[in-house]
Amino acid sequence: MEKTIKINGREISFTNERNLLEVIRKAGIELPTFCYHSELSVYGACRMCLVEDERGRIMAACSTPPRPGMSIKTHTERLVRQRRVTLELLLANHDRECTSCVKSGSCRLQELARILGIKNIRFGQKKGRLPIDDSSPAIVRDPNKCILCGDCVRMCEEIQGIGVIGFAYRGSEARVTPPFNKNISEVNCVDCGQCAAVCPTGAITVASHMEKVWNALYDPAKTVVAQIAPAVRVSLGEEFGLKPGAVTSGKIIGALKKMGFDMVFDTCFAADLTAVEESHEFLERLSGKKRLPQFTSCCPAWVKYVELNYPDFKDNLSSCRSPQQMFGSVMKGIYAKKLGIDPEEIFVVSIMPCTAKKAEAQREEFSKGGIPDVDAVLTTQEMARMVREAGIIFDEVEEMPFDMPMGFATGGGLIFGGGEGVATAVIRTLGREPVFRTHGEGGQIKTAEIEYDGKIIKTAAVSGLNNAKKLLEAIRAGKEYYDLVEVMACSGGCVGGGGQPQPNTSDARESRKKGLLGSEKLMQLKSPAENPIIKDLYRDHLYSPGSEKAHEMLHTTYRNRKRIDGEICFSEDIKKAGKVSVKVCVGTCCYLSGAYELFSALKEIANEEKFKDRIELSATFCLENCAKSPCVMVDDTIIGKATVEKVIDEVIKRF
Amino acid sequence: MIRTVDELEKNFQELSKMARGYRMRILVCGGTGCIANGSLEIYKKFKEVLRQKGLYTDLELIQEGREGTGVAASGCHGFCEMGPLVRIEPNGFLYVKVKAEDVEDIVESTVIKNEPVMRLLFCDPAEKKHFLREEEIPFYRRQTRLVLKNCGKIDPEDIRDYIACGGYRALAKVLTEMTPEQVCDEILKSKLRGRGGAGFPTGKKWQQVFSQDSDVKYVVCNGDEGDPGAFMDRSVMEGDPHRILEGMMIAGYATGAREGYIYVRAEYPLAVKRLQTAINQAREWGLLGKNILSSNFDFDIHINRGAGAFVCGEGSALTQSIEGFRGMPRPRPPRTVEKGLFGKPTVLNNVETFANVPSIILNGAEWFSSIGTPESPGTKIFALTGNINNTGLIEVPMGITLRQILFEVGGGIKSGKKFKAVQIGGPSGGCLTEEHLDLSMDFDSLEKAGAMIGSGGLVVMDEDACMVEVARFFMDFTQRESCGKCVPCREGTKRMLEILEKIVSGNGTVEDLELLNELAEVVKTGSLCGLGKTAPNPVLTTMKYFKEEYMAHVIDKRCPSKVCRGLARPVINREKCRGCGKCKRICPASAIEGEAKKPHEIDQNRCLRCLACIDACPFDAIREE
Repeated sequence: MEKTIKINGREISFTNERNLLEVIRKAGIELPTFCYHSELSVYGACRMCLVEDERGRIMAACSTPPRPGMSIKTHTERLVRQRRVTLELLLANHDRECTSCVKSGSCRLQELARILGIKNIRFGQKKGRLPIDDSSPAIVRDPNKCILCGDCVRMCEEIQGIGVIGFAYRGSEARVTPPFNKNISEVNCVDCGQCAAVCPTGAITVASHMEKVWNALYDPAKTVVAQIAPAVRVSLGEEFGLKPGAVTSGKIIGALKKMGFDMVFDTCFAADLTAVEESHEFLERLSGKKRLPQFTSCCPAWVKYVELNYPDFKDNLSSCRSPQQMFGSVMKGIYAKKLGIDPEEIFVVSIMPCTAKKAEAQREEFSKGGIPDVDAVLTTQEMARMVREAGIIFDEVEEMPFDMPMGFATGGGLIFGGGEGVATAVIRTLGREPVFRTHGEGGQIKTAEIEYDGKIIKTAAVSGLNNAKKLLEAIRAGKEYYDLVEVMACSGGCVGGGGQPQPNTSDARESRKKGLLGSEKLMQLKSPAENPIIKDLYRDHLYSPGSEKAHEMLHTTYRNRKRIDGEICFSEDIKKAGKVSVKVCVGTCCYLSGAYELFSALKEIANEEKFKDRIELSATFCLENCAKSPCVMVDDTIIGKATVEKVIDEVIKRF
Repeated sequence: MIRTVDELEKNFQELSKMARGYRMRILVCGGTGCIANGSLEIYKKFKEVLRQKGLYTDLELIQEGREGTGVAASGCHGFCEMGPLVRIEPNGFLYVKVKAEDVEDIVESTVIKNEPVMRLLFCDPAEKKHFLREEEIPFYRRQTRLVLKNCGKIDPEDIRDYIACGGYRALAKVLTEMTPEQVCDEILKSKLRGRGGAGFPTGKKWQQVFSQDSDVKYVVCNGDEGDPGAFMDRSVMEGDPHRILEGMMIAGYATGAREGYIYVRAEYPLAVKRLQTAINQAREWGLLGKNILSSNFDFDIHINRGAGAFVCGEGSALTQSIEGFRGMPRPRPPRTVEKGLFGKPTVLNNVETFANVPSIILNGAEWFSSIGTPESPGTKIFALTGNINNTGLIEVPMGITLRQILFEVGGGIKSGKKFKAVQIGGPSGGCLTEEHLDLSMDFDSLEKAGAMIGSGGLVVMDEDACMVEVARFFMDFTQRESCGKCVPCREGTKRMLEILEKIVSGNGTVEDLELLNELAEVVKTGSLCGLGKTAPNPVLTTMKYFKEEYMAHVIDKRCPSKVCRGLARPVINREKCRGCGKCKRICPASAIEGEAKKPHEIDQNRCLRCLACIDACPFDAIREE
């Protein structure tokens, strides 16, 4: 039987809608909300979506399931007044410097104030300002603009499984903050930017590189080179009124050229290169040389997540740099010479759907002699803003092709931008075409099996770090086995990145991915292995996949970044040739027994000439030998009630 | 160890006989109020003096057939105003305001000669006579003590005392004679309503949990009493902890739960300690744990201490807090009975509700519904505080009038002043005035009057109270205690407080009153949880009943009760003023002018209302207006 409810007197049928809000929106009525996101849990805090039933009871539509026979109204006088005052209260407490806010024009608060016709705020401006946290390379937090809708908190916790921000304090002092009011850079934030993607106001925004890029463009001595990530071409149009998925590569290149970029290349080319290197590495691992499964390493948020939370899996990460970094390395290390330009005079700008790429570009592994391989990273949103700032009418921009040689890519490189793309391209390079199917409960993991060299290779692809966490735990527990695992930190892969245009809904992500797959169909070459430019690159410079030169230019290493508290990092891979590892326990017991002083004393000794480069000193967490604290571990031997003398004696024995 | 119902019965018989075996028993009140006034020293002194005189006997010795005098620290007697209290059994003497020095006298006269110490008996100021026994004192006369029956009469740290009073017999009854459905039915029939404030039928709640299909269910006891001036739950937890445990176990049996949690504020260390002792003893005696009384019923109880957030008294915030999260309410549905603690069906009742359960089971639903009013049967415990003679804890039948509570039990307003209002239900409740004195105190009548029983705090105010200031005080409390989740409560209460502060400081306008009213409606209708929905009640009721006081503040810039400093206006009486100039010299704002030896004048626009001039005037010529 058909189930119906009455909305404003009209019968509306419903099926499996979870709440009244969904039914109301289905009926073509727009109810304002701040804290409702179909992908996140229902929070019910903004109190904007209130509705009234026939008995005059008021309830939040987002948290009320529809019941057949209900009769509700959405815009009674009482409700409208309720919403207006609620909004007025929010505005009163909000930083009202709208004109100079990055979010101006796309701010939900601003939009609703306009829609609800707020003309006057009868309450005084909030007193006192909280400091802005710009410690992160990816995001900037301005608590003065926060309306406490909790979207970022739930995104970080529920979808990404990280939970580095939460609520603190009570009443009107309540705020969203990392634990103990630390800066976001001091906690396990992976820079994915999904918090910024859901923030309705300017409270969390993306750290901007726009000024850096303008300065480079204005500098006549610089050769400014752009690379465009696959996911950008199917989403940038949204900023200019096009539907998600509309492919605008030609216009983007045209616009960049108008802005003064000297060369515009395609990150898909570098993605082809990544696929070739990564598939080579995969074959090495399959032959038993290194650990399986191999995890993809294109997503910097995922890489940082592993380094921070699962250091025991860091050797499973492919040592391949991401396409962005391969591009930077090849650009400055090989093509600069070809073009006869000093690498220092080349300014590489990546246009990415991603905020974590900003952090990745700043990793020390990716610069040579103080010159980063990638100088600036613009998100899709920043790119659109720059187009507007430059006075370019996007609609009228004449389309242009990518510059050669690094503008040529295969279909494999292009699909890096959507979920399962990397794994597909890697397998494709091996001459097989995987077919991914959803697997397990909720369909969060996609898997494919292919036959290769008489063996069955199992691959999995997952997006959203919380899903990745579940998969990692299953792998660690031996419940699941895979040979190749692709992980993308953001739901849906790069098309759903933290720097993409808003709203970044699942529908938008789907359409963007469709756009990518659609244009892949038009490409003559599908397998990265067939890319002729890459073949030339190996022939002329890199010799072969996995060669020493390729390793130097295209691969990287990872660190254990698991923290004890902010500053101290401990590392498990200390045992290097010729060095004695000395680990000082700084667990609570040892700390209280003077481990820190011991550590400082040992540090001085380790720096002395005769021990220099022979002692690898580090602090470690509890060695579980508290009764004999302080404890020090010299290689595999634990020294209880350690003193400097005891430790040094033990070290000398090993020389 | 009690393994069967028969063993429990045997223990009950023996222990109650033993309790009678004392020739005399001295119960020193060990409630928080009396402890603060030194009752523990009195308790020690009694033991010491009795030992010296060879009169002291403990329960173990009585077991061997000896008689003597016992001393125990009991739970709260409720008459906190008169503490420390000492009760003598079996003759029922109640000594008030006892000091350690009085112990020798009590032992000499009462214990040895069985004569009362007259000076320590309660003397009623109105009736000008001494009362020998607790039951005769007007404060107790009007009370019906069901939940507090044992409070003050047993040692809460000794399970044997509880068993001697018939403890755990209700549990035995449900385990052997009743099915879970029957228990739910019995509670439903009794019409017991939740004592936490909302008054939801307890039996209905239990039935709903019972009907949930889930292998794990929980019983949660809400002991997060956070209203300023309320201490009902604390006294029950401190004075008769086993009664709560028994109530929870019965709820567990009736609903299919096997685990219970008691959520107590960490600020109630004594309650935590006594509950923990009770749980440990119940476990030792086999009354908690596996296969209780050989009935195959397993039940265990844990204590969770709350960190003192008022909002954690709200059901969903409370369960969040137990789960280890920040205590923030979540929207309903799903309700706690469907998805409560750890996402499982949960019975969440208040301390007092659980404490009512054992008597209902033992005496039947009919007996219970014969007390109180038809729709709100039973009794209610109130914490009586403020400007009233007998502050303390009272338990009265529902339906009693406010007049009876204030003037009969409470002994009238302090210092013979005039009654003005009473704030009922703490910061979530409203104020009641003279016109409500004959209002029946039950859930429905109070709700109609715009107030609520709430947890049962009664703050009495006399003619000197400024109702605007009272509203400001409660608003200050709720806006601090708002969890900050939903906009109306977080921002609305803050702005309401701002307006109230503006009014009491003398800067309010009529428009402010309109805005205040509008905000109150928005916060009341729009808030997510009970805290926000009820937060405007003090403002709304004071604005309704004391509109003229608000108007006096904003229009005449005058506080009729002379409470609001910001509105106090010093005025010089021209006839008394000799023009000495002392006021002029002390005034920090140079607001006083006048020639020497001629009457001075205060420029009200410049005056800071510090009132320093009043004290400075040697001729008493300046008065506050």
